[in-house]
Amino acid sequence: MNTANQTSDIILDVRNLRTYFGTGEKAVKAVDDISFKMMRGKTLCIVGESGSGKSVTARSILQIVDPPGKIQGGSMMYYGKDPKGVDLAQLHERGKEIRSIRGHEISMIFQEPMTSLSPIHTIGNQICETILLHQNVDMAEARTRAIELLRRVEIPNPQVAIDKYTFEYSGGMRQRAMIAMSLACNPKILIADEPTTALDVTTQAEILALIKELQTSYGMAVLFITHDMGVVAEIADEIGVMQNGKMLEFGSAEEIFYEAKHPYTLALIDSVRKLETSARAARGSRVTDKKLMEIRNVSKIYPARSNFMGKPNPPFKALDNVSLDVFEGENLGIVGESGSGKTTLGNCVIRVLSCSGGEVLFRMADGRIADLAKAGTHELRQVHREIRMVFQDPFASLNPRMTIGQIVGEPLLVAGTHTGEALRKRTEELLAMVGMPAGAMERYPHAFSGGQRQRIGIARALALSPRLIIADEATSALDVTLRSQVLDLLLDLQDTLNLSFILVSHDIGVIRYFCDRVAVMYKGQVVEHGPAEKICSNPDHPYTKALISAVPGTHPRDKRIVNRHRYDAAAAGIQLSGS
Amino acid sequence: MSAENKQATTVAAAAAAEPAAATVNMANLRGGIEYASQWELMWARFKKHKVAYWSMMFVAFLYVVAVFAEFLSPFDPEDPSSRTVYQPPQMVKFDGFKPYVTKFKLTRDPETLKPTYVDSDEKTYLRFFVPGFEYKMLGLVPTNLHLFGPAEAGEKVFLFGSDRLGRDMFSRVIYGARFTLSMGLIGVILSTVLGIVLGGISGYYGGKIDWVIQRVVEFILSLPTIPIWLAMAAAMPRNWPPHLVYISVTVIISLIGWTHLARVVRGKFLAMRGEVFVIAAKLDGCSEGRVIFRHMLPSMASHVIAAVTLAIPSMILAETTLSFLGLGLQPPAISWGVLLKDAQKISVISAAPWLFLPGVATVLAVLAMNFFGDGLRDAADPYSH
Amino acid sequence: MLNYIFKRMLSAIPFMFMVSLTVFLLIQAPPGDFVDSYAAMVASSGETLSPDQMAELRHRFGLDQPMIVQYFHWITGVVTGDFGYSFEWQSPVKDLVGERIGLTLILSLSAMLFTWALSLPIGIYSAVKRYSIGDYVFTFVGFIGLAVPNFLLALVMMFIAQKYYGMDVTGLFSSEFQNAPWSLARVADLGKHLIIPMIIMGAASAAGLIRILRANLIDQLYMPYVVTARSKGLSETKLLLKYPVRIALNPFVSSIGWILPSLVSGAVITSIVLNLQTVGPMLFQSLMSQDIYLSGTILLVVCALTVVGTLISDILLVILDPRIRLEQ
Repeated sequence: MNTANQTSDIILDVRNLRTYFGTGEKAVKAVDDISFKMMRGKTLCIVGESGSGKSVTARSILQIVDPPGKIQGGSMMYYGKDPKGVDLAQLHERGKEIRSIRGHEISMIFQEPMTSLSPIHTIGNQICETILLHQNVDMAEARTRAIELLRRVEIPNPQVAIDKYTFEYSGGMRQRAMIAMSLACNPKILIADEPTTALDVTTQAEILALIKELQTSYGMAVLFITHDMGVVAEIADEIGVMQNGKMLEFGSAEEIFYEAKHPYTLALIDSVRKLETSARAARGSRVTDKKLMEIRNVSKIYPARSNFMGKPNPPFKALDNVSLDVFEGENLGIVGESGSGKTTLGNCVIRVLSCSGGEVLFRMADGRIADLAKAGTHELRQVHREIRMVFQDPFASLNPRMTIGQIVGEPLLVAGTHTGEALRKRTEELLAMVGMPAGAMERYPHAFSGGQRQRIGIARALALSPRLIIADEATSALDVTLRSQVLDLLLDLQDTLNLSFILVSHDIGVIRYFCDRVAVMYKGQVVEHGPAEKICSNPDHPYTKALISAVPGTHPRDKRIVNRHRYDAAAAGIQLSGS
Repeated sequence: MSAENKQATTVAAAAAAEPAAATVNMANLRGGIEYASQWELMWARFKKHKVAYWSMMFVAFLYVVAVFAEFLSPFDPEDPSSRTVYQPPQMVKFDGFKPYVTKFKLTRDPETLKPTYVDSDEKTYLRFFVPGFEYKMLGLVPTNLHLFGPAEAGEKVFLFGSDRLGRDMFSRVIYGARFTLSMGLIGVILSTVLGIVLGGISGYYGGKIDWVIQRVVEFILSLPTIPIWLAMAAAMPRNWPPHLVYISVTVIISLIGWTHLARVVRGKFLAMRGEVFVIAAKLDGCSEGRVIFRHMLPSMASHVIAAVTLAIPSMILAETTLSFLGLGLQPPAISWGVLLKDAQKISVISAAPWLFLPGVATVLAVLAMNFFGDGLRDAADPYSH
Repeated sequence: MLNYIFKRMLSAIPFMFMVSLTVFLLIQAPPGDFVDSYAAMVASSGETLSPDQMAELRHRFGLDQPMIVQYFHWITGVVTGDFGYSFEWQSPVKDLVGERIGLTLILSLSAMLFTWALSLPIGIYSAVKRYSIGDYVFTFVGFIGLAVPNFLLALVMMFIAQKYYGMDVTGLFSSEFQNAPWSLARVADLGKHLIIPMIIMGAASAAGLIRILRANLIDQLYMPYVVTARSKGLSETKLLLKYPVRIALNPFVSSIGWILPSLVSGAVITSIVLNLQTVGPMLFQSLMSQDIYLSGTILLVVCALTVVGTLISDILLVILDPRIRLEQ
């Protein structure tokens, strides 16, 4: 299977691992008979979609699966100090043996550094704890080592940072602190459970590079759990693909990416590679030169507020003088990282939020121009028939207490355009348009999966035959294989229904696939906008360059993150205010 | 990104949620779980909670007792008898299928003249559906039929013993249920109206109104309730007729009780206002009224019902406390609190511990309602796991 | 942080003003005044008061002045430490309530400590050993604790002590210490008499607090930071105490805010039933006889107790929780 077959190179040998939640027939087989090997100093990526059991696999190794989860069988031979190996599966989950391995020889970092670190203990306290637990040193020495570790993970000013609390750190810094903590005792294996999923793409790139670099210098083996094939391509030496608790395929990065055999693996890779192309170019977009919407100097300012302790916060500019046009038949993408103001812009444009200044001019079907920023209730209600929204979270956006028919029919009923039998017919028709069976009408949202719910959300948006749809991260809550399906559905609908879209997303791939034009947002401003093809491959603004280059690719032979472009906001401050 | 974040948290949730969903009893749901409305899902979930389910049955039983108090009482609760003062409770025994109790003989200590009751061999047979004192069933139908009573007219039976005037405690406890339980219910209705209106205004409009209402709520919550109740109840003129006292005691109790409900309603409104499906409803063109009544209230209703159920016990406890101190209902009105007032003196309760029975009734009622309310609250959100 | 504490203390002032206004309205609410009830009392012993005499009395007590003037007189007196004069006892209110307030405070605080001492270990046990037999037992006992009104529990305890132990649990002092000056022996005697009232008052609060702590702790037990700590190799006990218990303690501390009012309420009713020398029985008596300055003072003091309690819990919370302390 691979070149390193000698036992001495193997650090962890997992065989027929089974971890179930519950017992008997009702047991959920989260990990169902999987086997894999980890090599010293190498990175193994386990990739899979939600519910595939990848996280439970990682936690099983340290025996920290939340109850009622329990290891039901199999072995996990760990070759650490003892060349004969220890079977981790046989150790008592509360016993001394496993505890002396946790955090000492095998350590772990988690997805959400904010909640994975204690909110009321200092970072230093939590790092020192690990050191004191496993090494025979005094407090002062532990503190010195902790500061050194923080410096090692590139946290600025570690002497001060060590006494700070989690909430005083930024997201990326928290994950760095978490890594520092996991390195405290020079572990042999680092388990990283989706460590970059909660982070922005530029921060993700930095954390990935850091892990890679530390791995080399510490000689650790890394078990990296992720759902993102791009991340896998960047860091994996070996890859295991999981689905429904089973290991479908296992092999070297080369084998998986270029010679995958299992159709599911192929589908996973395809759905990511698909997003490296432009569907608009392929389908031939029909952008007109008629302006549908003009966003003029829109700002959103949250006024100064004194906080709990009486210190005034300065006013916060979520949107700073944003101007953009949308043309009929066009798909405009708005891309940016968290806090860039992209979602605020989407909400201001449709007046879920009110603008602090500026105009949002919309040309209605009858030719009138409506300013959404100032429209009254009546006018707004008319405009809302033509501009609709598709929301990010398909679970939160459908009222769980209404049937699908009621949800999709609600705008029709309220507008008074359809009643009785006509309403039912139209609802059925709308559901058919998004590929849902008519039988869905009497059912409640809890009967449907995330992808199906998002389709229902789209049907609701289409109910009043809108002309512009604002899709706010409409695909980001979905698994990657569903993502392109939903995007294709939107594009199909666009072909028949004379629609335009504003797609708000943090995902460059989605933007590239779906949009004609892109506006890049950073700290409330549009720093660059232009054709999607240009922005996504050859941007001008240094921030966009950094953003684009931080996006992981899908070719292990061409690791992009190592050669990424870094953007220093402070140094670029002049450019930003000048734009 | 928060988006990615949510996705990954659902990963963890999914594993835990699946078995939970699977255990909902599908057999009880018409057309299967996919077609089940929130009330059907909640009912299925509530029924799994056995203690809560039986508590609900018990609460229902208590209210039936309160409604049919006259029918269920063998004797007029005000009917005194000097020959049966402080008679101990009698146990029901069976002679084949015929229920009976053994009579107590009253003897007096020749020196102290203290009455003592001695068990005798004489039997008083009991029968179902016997004629007794006249009353109007449900306040409408005049009748003298009672569920049970002594087979021979003129005999007496004291299942719960008798009080200092020789009145039947069993009948008095049943009558007491009427005042105490109805007061709990009416008090909670008043509280709910106040709580929903003020909490709703506070939560929906926010801003200055919210600030003012919240300060008022905080203010009331920080006051020690019993001293304030005492002061308010003491302000009632002594000579008020019973129904006026009844109403004002209820009002006094609910004046403090609404604050908790207002908090629940406000909290729900605030949470609901930001819900994506509520924003979606606004974008669907719904008017403010429709957003509230069609989209928000159905999601809150179950939570409010649970909170209301949990508020009844504190009303009942308040009534018994006030009446016990002589500041609530006054005799001849009969409530559990009024009955317990007779049990104030240690000398009395040592001699006649069955005077605690109204207290037992209170505790059982409150216990059942707490279990019932807890079960409702747990079932109130059928979409969480 | 000092800034916050200072501000928080300032914010208690308008609160106390509201309290004083409410109290004043409450004691003024009954129809008639002390002179009326005094006249009724005198009348029952066969004498009669002439309207002139009544007017004179009213004038002497200042009861003929408008409400607002009476309030002003009262509140300025209170601020300067003069709580007015008890009509019924013919003596300054201050002299009457002094020791009783002290004893009320001691009773409430010991009930508070009892509540905590009981609920902390049981709450942790119930959360950690969720759905164990012990948990069910505690939960059930807790439900009963919540369902038994204070006065009934007091009666039952009194009954049991009398019937089975021949003990008299009424009063806060044995007869020989009743009017004795303070001494170590008197303190010891008080301590003995405190136990039963403490249990009576603390039972319901403890039951409530156990449920809150249990729910909070269960929420915390499966938080990601607990998994992190476990993955470091900490033992379960250390882990439990350092992380989830420590974090669940914050709402525990802030429970003073709502427990204290209910304990003070409980102190009043328990004292009435067990005839303890706290402000409870005196409040009851003074309300009945419309001895307004006495009842007003007592109401004001018990409300102030709870306001101060809330204040302390807010400040403690700030000290304990860095998230609030360092909020930027």
